[in-house]
Amino acid sequence: MSDLDTFRADTRAWLEANCPAEMRTPMRSEDDACWGGRHFAFQSEAQERWMRLMGEKGWTVPDWPAAYGGGGLTPAETKVLKEEMRSIGARSPLSSFGISMLGPALLKYGTEEQKNRFLPEIARGEIRWCQGYSEPGAGSDLAGLQTKCEDNGDHWLVNGQKVWTSYADKADWIFCLVRTSTESKHGGISFLLFDMESEGVSTKPILLISGYSPFCETFFDNVKVPKDQVVGDVNKGWDVAKYLLGHEREMISGMGLGSGSARTLAQSLGAIDDPVLAADVALFDVDAIAFAAMSEHFIDQLKAGEAHPAMPSMMKYAGTELNKKRHELTMAAGGSDALEWDSERSHGGKAAREWLRTKANSIEGGTSEVQLGIVAKHILRLPGA
Amino acid sequence: MILTDDQRQLADMARTFLAEEGTIKKQLRHWRDIGCKDGFGHGLWKQMAELGLTGLAIPEEAGGLGLGATEAALVMEEVGRNLTPSPFLTTSIVAVEALKGSEQGKRWFPGILSGDTVAAFAVDEGPHHRPRAIALEAKRSGNGFALSGSKQFVVHGASADLLIVAARTGGSAGESDGLTLFAVPRDAAGMTIENVALADSSKAARISFENVAVDADAVIGEVDGGWEPLRRAMRAGRTGAAAELVGLATGASDMTVDYLKQRKQFGKLIGEFQVLQHRAAHLFGEIEIARAVTLKAAELLDKGDAQAGMMTHVAKAKAGRVSALAVQEAVQMHGGIGMTDEHDIGLYMKREKVLDALFGDSSYHARMVQVTG
Repeated sequence: MSDLDTFRADTRAWLEANCPAEMRTPMRSEDDACWGGRHFAFQSEAQERWMRLMGEKGWTVPDWPAAYGGGGLTPAETKVLKEEMRSIGARSPLSSFGISMLGPALLKYGTEEQKNRFLPEIARGEIRWCQGYSEPGAGSDLAGLQTKCEDNGDHWLVNGQKVWTSYADKADWIFCLVRTSTESKHGGISFLLFDMESEGVSTKPILLISGYSPFCETFFDNVKVPKDQVVGDVNKGWDVAKYLLGHEREMISGMGLGSGSARTLAQSLGAIDDPVLAADVALFDVDAIAFAAMSEHFIDQLKAGEAHPAMPSMMKYAGTELNKKRHELTMAAGGSDALEWDSERSHGGKAAREWLRTKANSIEGGTSEVQLGIVAKHILRLPGA
Repeated sequence: MILTDDQRQLADMARTFLAEEGTIKKQLRHWRDIGCKDGFGHGLWKQMAELGLTGLAIPEEAGGLGLGATEAALVMEEVGRNLTPSPFLTTSIVAVEALKGSEQGKRWFPGILSGDTVAAFAVDEGPHHRPRAIALEAKRSGNGFALSGSKQFVVHGASADLLIVAARTGGSAGESDGLTLFAVPRDAAGMTIENVALADSSKAARISFENVAVDADAVIGEVDGGWEPLRRAMRAGRTGAAAELVGLATGASDMTVDYLKQRKQFGKLIGEFQVLQHRAAHLFGEIEIARAVTLKAAELLDKGDAQAGMMTHVAKAKAGRVSALAVQEAVQMHGGIGMTDEHDIGLYMKREKVLDALFGDSSYHARMVQVTG
């Protein structure tokens, strides 16, 4: 038996013994996700236990070094773990911007002290993070951000406003882009971490067209931040931000956006008796299955270190456009049932609300137009792009 | 999927060789302009034999390289990139797949290996690919069969030494049961072969069969059990054609992106216009996706995976749609020059149309994805 086979057998046995039955059922909605953090209201004892047990093994972040709370697994072992989890239908123990976005940036740019301080907490789901990037005047043109960060001797002083801060009202800490110099647009930005309970931080939810509200406006009024909470060099935060955005795009394209086909959709909605709609679904299936093959290939490329740095942009663009199309088809297939906003029959308006939610896919994390611009510039090398 | 070192070497070899010898100028335009009846060059076919490419998929014990659909796809992509006219797809991929494991293989593999034999695949009987609708009749007669009926869109049919013919020995049109595959030598009596030039200057035949007598041993596989080898051959052919489409789309797109960097209008390089940048970037992504799913289909075929058939439908449909977009964008972005015969970009558009139709067009395969998926 190879080491990997032994690992698989041990993993299977451990998961079998430790994954609660409730955590082996499909998530019904975003509400079933476990976010962790100081104030997270666990839906069940099983949800909390599953996060804690996985965190203790470092398996919420299996490929991070064990010294920082990770599992220290090789890429091959990580793949085995994911396969074994999938085979019993185990839910992800933790959904976390700390894992998918901040963690990789800290591993690359953080000081040893920052890594020791933050990474294990992230791995164990003890701190919930939000991302302070966009501002009212700086969305896609992110480097135009204005939130001011002054050196006040023994601390930083932050003043300004962020927008579209996902779950800012529920997060414990924020990773935030601030302006420490106005001399250059990209060169005056720093990457700052601070506690959302700091004096002078306030948030206000933004009600969306879907009726959901994961997003907030976030205000900073004379917020004092300790000096050692800048990641990377002062005024060099743009490098950290870009690196993190690459991971955000990978996460978005890897979240299953665009995977799966409309066939399952058609099955869930009963027979599609309209030949025009059936043709649309058939063509969508082709696109969806082809994109799933691309996703698999992209992940293999990432693991082999062969992916072009701009490929996450291509994946994000293609995946989110496909996801929007899927939900347009869901609405078409669902007919008037899918239009019901609150009823039992529509599972509380699930189809309509998710359809509306997907319209943000091609805006958040860099608009589709921004992604196309990146591909044009960095892969196709078109002039002036 | 990440390619192995051996696969990368093969792809590099095919790329270098075809970029040198398989060019539009040396092959496609040359044979077209002199009015060659074959539409391809036997010299190049011989060279491909010397490199081992003609026998790429022939089992090692029969003298071939014993490679699979993935390697075939890598070669086809280079064929597509250069628009190289060649019987590689019909002979080395489709016919070899049909003949694999049959007695007929022993007879025909040596000629394919040496580059002396060209094979064609006769399935379609109407203007659309409908393999279950095959009506060409094979009646038992004496020691063998007599074939009557007609085929069209038989690529290289007039140049081929061997025709793989799908015929009906039982059942009725619309059924996959009752089909039988025959290996028919070119000189069989009773065939009338009309050599037809297609839009891309390739040649396909319209063939009528009048009591064409073949021996019982011309049957590939089992009588009435032809669907299995036919389906295997079509899957190989579809994946090969999809790979050629991906290569063609890449070639057209590369040529177009280069043009965007050179052509000035309104005092600017046209590649500076955001609307063209975004369309080019969209196309880039679509081609990558088509390539990924084509290689996925090849990988599943090589593994004998149960999903292989479905994935070949997806690959052919996706590659067809993406390459259609690629050539439309290519001609449009080239502007007027793209409409001239002198410029190569229009040749990509013509080839794309033919390849999309070969072994079923995008609409056919999208429907099959729904039916079989």
